[in-house]
Amino acid sequence: MTERKKIIQVQHLKQYFSPGKPNEVRAVDDISFDIYEGETFGLVGESGSGKSTTGRSIIRLYNPTSGKILFEGQDISKIKNHSKDMLHFRRNMQMIFQDPYASLDPRMKVKDIIAEGLDVHGLVKNDQERDQRVKELLKVVGLNPDHVTRYPHEFSGGQRQRIGIARALAVDPKFIIADEPISALDVSIQAQVVNLMKDIQRKNNLTYLFIAHDLSMVKYISDRIAVMHHGQLMELGSADAVYNHPLHPYTKSLLSAVPLPDPEIERRRTRLPYDSSIENNTHDQRQLREIGDGHYVFCSEEEVDGYKEQMQK
Amino acid sequence: MSDNILEVKNLNINFKTFAGTVQAIRDVSFNLKKGETLAIVGESGSGKSVTTRSIMGLLASNAVIEHGEILFKGQDLLKESAKEMDHHRGNDLSMIFQDPMTSLDPTMTIGKQVAEPLRIHGKISKEKALKRAQEVLELVGIPNAKNRMKDFPHQFSGGQRQRIVIAIAIVNYPEILIADEPTTALDVTVQAQIIDLMRELQEKLETSIIFITHDLGVVAGIADRVAVMYAGKIIEVGTVDEIFYQPKHPYTWGLLSSMPTLDTKGAKLSSIPGTPPDLLDPPKGDAFAPRNPYAMQIDLEAQPPFFKVSDTHYAATWLLHPDAPKVQPPAPIVKRAQEYAHLMQTGAVDTPSEGSQN
Repeated sequence: MTERKKIIQVQHLKQYFSPGKPNEVRAVDDISFDIYEGETFGLVGESGSGKSTTGRSIIRLYNPTSGKILFEGQDISKIKNHSKDMLHFRRNMQMIFQDPYASLDPRMKVKDIIAEGLDVHGLVKNDQERDQRVKELLKVVGLNPDHVTRYPHEFSGGQRQRIGIARALAVDPKFIIADEPISALDVSIQAQVVNLMKDIQRKNNLTYLFIAHDLSMVKYISDRIAVMHHGQLMELGSADAVYNHPLHPYTKSLLSAVPLPDPEIERRRTRLPYDSSIENNTHDQRQLREIGDGHYVFCSEEEVDGYKEQMQK
Repeated sequence: MSDNILEVKNLNINFKTFAGTVQAIRDVSFNLKKGETLAIVGESGSGKSVTTRSIMGLLASNAVIEHGEILFKGQDLLKESAKEMDHHRGNDLSMIFQDPMTSLDPTMTIGKQVAEPLRIHGKISKEKALKRAQEVLELVGIPNAKNRMKDFPHQFSGGQRQRIVIAIAIVNYPEILIADEPTTALDVTVQAQIIDLMRELQEKLETSIIFITHDLGVVAGIADRVAVMYAGKIIEVGTVDEIFYQPKHPYTWGLLSSMPTLDTKGAKLSSIPGTPPDLLDPPKGDAFAPRNPYAMQIDLEAQPPFFKVSDTHYAATWLLHPDAPKVQPPAPIVKRAQEYAHLMQTGAVDTPSEGSQN
């Protein structure tokens, strides 16, 4: 891999809630990874693993407990609220949410939902230009441009998710965080939305952070995948490496639980339980270590050779 | 057909709404055999939940059952009085709901909640009921059940709560257990445990299960037979192998090929274009025709009847009519059929009639 531009660098990010108090929750506990320009980075894990918190920290909905997040080389925690830089940052990074019912204001018309970002950033000069741009965006996401005056409740779940995507695209962002964008949709609609996201990515050279628990869809859309568990990254590598040659026992266990639409495979399936006690043995030295080309596993120094051997097979 | 514990015949259910009459269930017939698991799959709004709620007598007040019969051991449940239905519910028919967070009473200890159906349906002392509740909680895998009887739902995790819901459902040894998306709200690892539990319980209790889901992966793991619903109708029904490896209906093709398998690479996912029809005004012909790339003229004019593929496999598509042109199913479906044929040849497949589960 030649030197690719890193759009996001997460360095030793810790995100604790109620730090120092008895009810402290270590949602994200020292993770580091980079996201390259133009790729789709998949983040998977069970509920409570900290994957959504990571996404929200990157878009600065939270201030990190410690650690740094760099967006195009700039430390995002240094950006002042209500400053010009903040406006610039918000324009370049957008989010698509999980629930297409809750993430659209029911009392706003579609055109106002989509154009809100245009107004805030002053991207259009007059109403005519505004309408023009909104109609363009609706076309891009495959909705009828004549529906601009409708309200969200007049659309189906899949269509609403398209509106959410149009809203994110309106300000021409470079980086989009998609937090479980298809989990609330029906199977036949999921494929439509995923195809749309891929199309737009190709055309606009977008970078995605794709957060999900549906592992087969993540495998399909992502270039690289990180597996998260208890606030830490267990394994990170190319989609192919993580899925077809998983090394960490947690990844193996997670993959062994994914149901596949194939009765013959399901009859033969054996599930691998994950015993988290292996983490406790030498916990303080555990970190992500590179086992193969760009394939990292959360382990201690002495386990590296064992994993390398496994990979040779 | 005496081994059918449940027979649903020509069921039609409408909902009266402000916008008009929604024809939610349009002529649905199926049966459930003793000890089998029937999966009903379909998108939201396809009528799978309404069908099962009608079996339980739990339809909303604006629902009108136009006609049809639901025969439970030969007796029509639709003709039963409210009191008689009370006797069935939680006794020989029981149901597991999707969301374990909301289907338990937050102010009642779990021991009491599990014992409740026993107290209602049987003349049994409180002590005996609680003792039995504890046994069932142990059966569904709640660790240290004895000491947790007096705990409240919020003290349990999502997966454990769903186990408790299952315990409530099976405490009276129901003959039919209806599970409405029981694993949708759970993580994959927990989902796998709940599915294993349901399989295990079925073996022990010989209950018949109707399993509603939209997740075809889950269906492949648990079902003996599968019914696919679309726009208020069953459009294809067959054994799990028939539906997954030799599907005949274009909608089933679309569903199966829109799921990425682990070797789907780079290429575009095949998706089903468009959205399901509005059941306020269902189309005259095949409801799937506008989204169906294989649609013919007749699909727009008349609803297809069921065509027999095998003794267990039926599909409602005009493509199976003797006069229909031969069409090539989408590539992923052809691939499935080939892989299956290969497995058959090498003798790697246990025929489902031998009752192979797992």
